[in-house]
Amino acid sequence: MTFRKSLSALLCGLLFGVGLSLGGMTDPAKVVAFLDLAGRWDPSLAFVMGGALLLTTPAFRWLLRLKRPMFEERFVLPTKQDLDLNLLAGAALFGIGWGITGLCPGPAIVALATGVPQFFVFVVAMIVGMWLSDRVTLLQTRRQMMRTTVPSTSNLSGS
Amino acid sequence: MEIVIQPEQWLRSLAGGLVIGFSAVLLLGINGRIAGISSILAGILPSARVMSEWSWRVMFIAGLIVGGAVFALLWPGALQHTLQTGWAGMALAGLVVGFGTRMGSGCTSGHGVCGIARTSRRSIVATVTFMTFGMLTVFIVRHVL
Repeated sequence: MTFRKSLSALLCGLLFGVGLSLGGMTDPAKVVAFLDLAGRWDPSLAFVMGGALLLTTPAFRWLLRLKRPMFEERFVLPTKQDLDLNLLAGAALFGIGWGITGLCPGPAIVALATGVPQFFVFVVAMIVGMWLSDRVTLLQTRRQMMRTTVPSTSNLSGS
Repeated sequence: MEIVIQPEQWLRSLAGGLVIGFSAVLLLGINGRIAGISSILAGILPSARVMSEWSWRVMFIAGLIVGGAVFALLWPGALQHTLQTGWAGMALAGLVVGFGTRMGSGCTSGHGVCGIARTSRRSIVATVTFMTFGMLTVFIVRHVL
């Protein structure tokens, strides 16, 4: 069970990596040229997202009408619906880092295959950033739980 | 504004995008999971604590690297790249990208490719936001500083 799920994930990752390389996402200069509207704007990378959406948009719609995926009991989808500050601030921070280096998470990982040490520095720093962010979220949730449970316990002790 | 017109490059990018889309469709159809790379990577960290999700995530990330390597072998010079910053820039921006993608629940793949396809309001807003801030940052770095 786990074996075939891992094997299909490996195949998907492999395809994804080939797609990112073929599309040109692994070249930071191309990414920055795509983001540089005021300079010589290179629209190529719009075709990467466009090409992907051309397939995912109709296919996801069709797939999500099915009862279940092939190897699993159910589809695991994001549950959050509301637009919150974390979403906006997080996306903004990501955009800034993306603009500075021309690297987003996927292509940075694929670029490790080049063996160029700067990419390793980026990926390690990115993992540290992810870990830090998850720590902050954990502390926030704990504090919120404290806030909701503390009044009830103080009521108990008072009575 | 001057636009670089390279139709062969556009076709190559379109082909790359189709392969990425195909991969995301397979992962959802077979494993029932969203191909969001920041979430998959963060799910491997010890802080994630969901061991049942560990192996497929490791395999997907390994696949990304193997995919890049295979592609570079078949097509020498394919992974050519020009770095935009030095060591410090890479470290600082890496930190910011990692922090931001977790805080914002996704990156170019999860929000941009999969979320928009699900017409998720959060993903559409996130994609517009990181694109805008990416463009603003490049504008500042290239044309203001």
